[in-house]
Amino acid sequence: MRSTLAVLGRRNPVAKVAAALVFTVALVTTLDPVPPAVAIAIELAIVPLFGVRYRTLARRAWPLLISAAGVALTMVLFAAERTGETVLQAGPIEVTTSVLSGALGLALRVIAIALPGVLVFASTDPTDLADALVQNVRAPYRFAIGALAAFRLVPLLSQEWQLLRLARRARGIDAGRDPVAAARLFASTAFGLLVGAIRRGTRLAVAMDARGFDRGGPRSQARTQRFRLPDAALVAGAVVLAVAVLLLA
Amino acid sequence: MIRAKGFGWRHAGRKAWAIRGLDLRVERGERVLLLGPSGAGKSTLLAALAGLLAADSGEAEGTVEVDGRVGIVFQDPETQLVMARAGDDVAFGLENHDVPAAEIWPRVDEALARVGFPYGRGRSTAALSGGEQQRLALAGALALRPDVLLLDEPTANLDPAGADLIRGALREAIDPGTTAVLVEHRVAEALPLVDRVVVLEPGGGVRADGPPDEVFATHGDRLAAEGVWVPGDPVRPRHACAPPGEGLLAAERATIRDRLAAVDLLVRAGEALAVLGPNGTGKSTLALLLGGLLKPDGGRIAATTALAGADATTPPHRWRAPALARRIGSVFQDPEHQFVTSTVYDELALGPRRTGLPEDAVKSIVDGLLARLRLDRLAGANPFTLSGGEARRLSVATALTVAPALLVLDEPTFGQDRRTWIEMVELLAGLRDEGRGIVTVTHDADFVAALADRTVRL
Repeated sequence: MRSTLAVLGRRNPVAKVAAALVFTVALVTTLDPVPPAVAIAIELAIVPLFGVRYRTLARRAWPLLISAAGVALTMVLFAAERTGETVLQAGPIEVTTSVLSGALGLALRVIAIALPGVLVFASTDPTDLADALVQNVRAPYRFAIGALAAFRLVPLLSQEWQLLRLARRARGIDAGRDPVAAARLFASTAFGLLVGAIRRGTRLAVAMDARGFDRGGPRSQARTQRFRLPDAALVAGAVVLAVAVLLLA
Repeated sequence: MIRAKGFGWRHAGRKAWAIRGLDLRVERGERVLLLGPSGAGKSTLLAALAGLLAADSGEAEGTVEVDGRVGIVFQDPETQLVMARAGDDVAFGLENHDVPAAEIWPRVDEALARVGFPYGRGRSTAALSGGEQQRLALAGALALRPDVLLLDEPTANLDPAGADLIRGALREAIDPGTTAVLVEHRVAEALPLVDRVVVLEPGGGVRADGPPDEVFATHGDRLAAEGVWVPGDPVRPRHACAPPGEGLLAAERATIRDRLAAVDLLVRAGEALAVLGPNGTGKSTLALLLGGLLKPDGGRIAATTALAGADATTPPHRWRAPALARRIGSVFQDPEHQFVTSTVYDELALGPRRTGLPEDAVKSIVDGLLARLRLDRLAGANPFTLSGGEARRLSVATALTVAPALLVLDEPTFGQDRRTWIEMVELLAGLRDEGRGIVTVTHDADFVAALADRTVRL
């Protein structure tokens, strides 16, 4: 997955997160559709530098496209201010140029703000991120490593959910078309999932403590994450680009 | 090395002491098998030795002391691994103990080599089999160079091949100078690893202590009756005395992509059929298919009119759940997956109530099953608080409440003590002799030998 082109993908995870934050915070400050459009163009252009394939990005980002479309639709239907020329009249809804540009601007902003995050997490190993958080920004290791261990258990939850659903059917319980029964079934399945998750979480915590996680005191690092000049350059580059994009407004 | 004097521990909120009045000395380099019936406090003692009983989680009396560093391996491989890559996971304990970075990787490699871990450091821990994960957990404990190694049923959650891997690794990997304390209820398999057996008394104290031969000669029968798997105590087989009846359910080239290759089989009334096969061949998937819980990707699952009457023309996965449960009872590997109410009584009453029976008829069904499966004292207990054996009996009982003609069970004897194991054989044999069809998916060769009339290998 990582090619030699991935000069940005190989950067320190904390630097990547910081760069993404800088870029997105800048975009929050504007309502104009042009800066987010330019930002998206830049983001899409540098995807290969993160060593992420466009296909991978599309697979991870499709929920984002749907939510952006949802935001745009909501704006078209419910925007209070309807000035400019009328483009389309559908019953009580008058779609004007100002409504369209507002909706477009908002949808673009949603994409422009979320895309850097998708890109960073698609190109970052969670272990590297936890290491960098602990070593480069002095995040408490109990939090960083603990969260890392907990995330390992997440994929188990979807398998567990499937099994719990089948187990209820085997017990002769289904909701049919009754929404109240469906809600009750959902609640009981969720409770079963919660009980299992707490059991597993407790066992994991005990196993971690048995290997000295609760010792307190100094802790060594098997893997090193360094924050070097190119990492600083990535953050600086993000600042420059963010300012440039804002000046376009 | 290990010294306990009058040691006792009571978990917060419990009336009974988990362990009490324990006097025990274990010298350096001894290999001890810790035995006792369920509830004798074996796991509590290991937790105490590992320093994992927090002062605020219960009440202690007496003392327990351990010299040197302690490592522990638990039962469940899935919840012992912390990191995404094998090498990082072994390094985790070394980091916590502030071992200098330059020493960490040589020690990781040494520990991985010792347990015979077949992959490199970068191997994803999620891609390992249960036996491999457990070997990795052992490497994580050994990397810390423990003076005392504690093993809490390290093979209980593994299939026979995985369990062999771990026992092999234990034989090879433990230093002569390391003291080891093992809890394991498959005693015969554990004996080559130990030179001393300590039997805990459920009320408190030590019942027996000495070389394995002596202990089993004098206490073997009593231990067997209490559910401990004592070596050389065969169980009476229970095969069908009548020929099987009509067919109930057939799999015809039934398959699920990436999980199960096409299978043909016929399940008949009055017959116990065992499905065998190594991990990853889709045994559990087949159980779900036969249980009418999954739709096959190819081929079909077909019920006969003997099982489903006029509904036999539709495949079981399309039946409504109540109709399904009356015909095919499924018992999952993990009993807790199937519990949906807050008392044992309600759990058993659920099925009959949904068929519209009056409450007194429901009560007579439930009381009958409670007595038959020794659950009567637990009628008011929450199903999620039951012991492993009790939960297993309850999960089978729930399937029986609506008297299905066919019962499909996934690993019904997994991790069970001898007593529950024998009860499962007797119960299923009885149901078979009443004319029900029984399908068990299992790794347990002894169980197959004791019960199955016919086997199918995947």
